[in-house]
Amino acid sequence: MSARKLKSIPLAALAGAALLGLAACSEVPQVTVYEQGQYRGKTDARPWEGGEFKGDRAAWEKALKERSRGQNEYNRIQ
Amino acid sequence: MGRMKFLCDAERCIECNGCVTACKNEHEVPWGVNRRRVVTMNDGVPGERSISVACMHCSDAPCMAVCPTDCFYKTEDGVVLHDKDKCIGCGYCFYACPFGAPQFPNGPAAFGARGKMDKCTFCAGGPEETNSAAEYEKYGSNRLADGKLPLCAEMCSTKALIAGDADVVANIFRERVLRRGTGAEVWGWDAAYGGGERKQERKREGQS
Repeated sequence: MSARKLKSIPLAALAGAALLGLAACSEVPQVTVYEQGQYRGKTDARPWEGGEFKGDRAAWEKALKERSRGQNEYNRIQ
Repeated sequence: MGRMKFLCDAERCIECNGCVTACKNEHEVPWGVNRRRVVTMNDGVPGERSISVACMHCSDAPCMAVCPTDCFYKTEDGVVLHDKDKCIGCGYCFYACPFGAPQFPNGPAAFGARGKMDKCTFCAGGPEETNSAAEYEKYGSNRLADGKLPLCAEMCSTKALIAGDADVVANIFRERVLRRGTGAEVWGWDAAYGGGERKQERKREGQS
């Protein structure tokens, strides 16, 4: 191997090392983009769809409203 | 239908823990998990106040915001529920919740060893077939589908804990406050963070 070729090996190694060292100096975008999460689980039946109401939403709402109002004992004593 | 909410009247709660027991029994909640509990402020001091606390089914729920697997969903009635099959037991929801509602069956354990998160479902079950064995095993009974309210509220002996549509619940509480002429001041920021206590002290000292 000639002396010239021998000299170029450390030079090439140095250039390679410099390239590796500077590789991390590039600009990386630092702004996070937040995304609204979406429910990824199983779908759930609505309360009036299953159970005893069998899709009758109005009946379910009426039953629940009556039950809610029943919590007011002033209604009971009047 | 509006939003389903709980409201606990601190003037009426007698710390009987009936709501806690009813919930535990109705859903066969495992050891170490309490979906509901009674918190007493100034315990043993004259004028102590108790409130029953569970998931408040927040309108803008922080548990939903932090869940890395997006396993939470909100029903049309404003009930916050989750899919246990998606839950990885990371515990983020536990740290995010201001009410300590999310509970883990294995208690404080290492990441991934806590088990699936469990919390109050407003007695609305979960994402399984309504009233099926799978739903009961994972989430407890689905009373809402039967047109019933959460058992904790229905069992409350003094009707301190009321549940249902926010409008109805608010109207019941408003009527109570108007009739008895007191009570609104024991609910809210001051009662929770001590302002009320200081105000009472000032009143006793005749400064206000």
